[in-house]
Amino acid sequence: MASREKSKKHIPRDTDAGTKTPGSFKDKDMQAVIGWILRIGVFVSTAFVITGGIIFLFNHGHSQIDFVSFNKVPDFIGHISGVMDGVIHLKGQAIIQFGIVLLIATPVLRVVFAGIGFLIEKDYLYTFISILVLLIILTSMISGHAG
Amino acid sequence: MSVIVFTVIVLLGSYFAGLLGSLTGLGGGFIVIPLLTLVLHVNIHYAIGASLVSVIATSSGAAAAYVKEGITNIRIGMFLEIATTAGAFTGAILAIYIPAQYIAVLFGGILLVSAAMSFRQLAERTVNQQSYLASKLKLGGSYPVNHEVVEYGVTNVVGGFATMILAGVISGLLGIGSGALKVIAMDGVMRIPFKVSTTTSNFMIGVTAAASAVVYLQRGYIHPAIAMPVVIGVLLGALSGSKILVRAESSGWLRKIFAIVITLIAIQMIYNGIAGKI
Repeated sequence: MASREKSKKHIPRDTDAGTKTPGSFKDKDMQAVIGWILRIGVFVSTAFVITGGIIFLFNHGHSQIDFVSFNKVPDFIGHISGVMDGVIHLKGQAIIQFGIVLLIATPVLRVVFAGIGFLIEKDYLYTFISILVLLIILTSMISGHAG
Repeated sequence: MSVIVFTVIVLLGSYFAGLLGSLTGLGGGFIVIPLLTLVLHVNIHYAIGASLVSVIATSSGAAAAYVKEGITNIRIGMFLEIATTAGAFTGAILAIYIPAQYIAVLFGGILLVSAAMSFRQLAERTVNQQSYLASKLKLGGSYPVNHEVVEYGVTNVVGGFATMILAGVISGLLGIGSGALKVIAMDGVMRIPFKVSTTTSNFMIGVTAAASAVVYLQRGYIHPAIAMPVVIGVLLGALSGSKILVRAESSGWLRKIFAIVITLIAIQMIYNGIAGKI
């Protein structure tokens, strides 16, 4: 997360080299930042999924599986604290699940950073639109009514 | 079946889902769900969970490339996300009251008509004039084609917004990405170039699906042993797909793939609706 913040500040500075106007953060910079967030989010979450997958296959690769009936997920990854605990203890399925959580968070982070980008551009209409989208997502999540 | 065999089969199937999903702007779930349920006999709950995760993976993986290439229109995406997220929220509430099979049959019918329409219009068209609302919202843009920049305008914002609400409602009702309807709203209604429509649809799908995925995660629908090969396969497929789309000179063949895919989804939806499987 900290590295994301850092690179975000770098990009406007680079483009300021040509024009001296302060706050010349343009759509092109926003495309770069958003592309970067999506890339990093997908890369980091996939790294967790692959690492967890290797550990899981190494330990359980030859066991038989059966997903015909629905039994929810194993208890230890059914909630976030269990997932975190499993990650610390290098449990394959918990590491995969942590990667999935990061993957789900990526598009939501993308909306947050687009909002910040529009704010830097002083495009307040689109800052408002981004906040509105975020609020709808949050309402949907909290009420548990999301599609 | 052993875990390794299962993982390899799902990995390969998901690769093709990701490839086709990113080329057409659809989620890829329409391949993942039948593969898991019909071929591997995975419970539908797990299949829906894995499909949703695949939708987010395709969306983010491909969108990263499209956004960088400057094809995706971020403003159009953000503005229309108001409609899709609000629609998905409404749809999920409606899902409690409306029998899904009626919606599925209706939706399948709408898709068939759109597929027939996209077979007829094979030329990429751009609108030069922009409507008042579109210019107020700064929706027009440009995108690169073979080192040239093509400018385009946007029309019928209200119609597009309304179609996006419908796309969101359908997505909330049926738990799908609704990429097909998103493309229709932008390409057919708002006259946004097809390449911009598909990439912007891809960009938007992740946000709608993320909100749903949190709920599915809490319900225990997302199983790591299934999601793992799905995510890896779909991402690799989406990355290959986005490279093809960025280099593609004409989007004529893309339209054909899109029309064929839409027809297959439509038949699947109508069949499942009539058979009472939804």
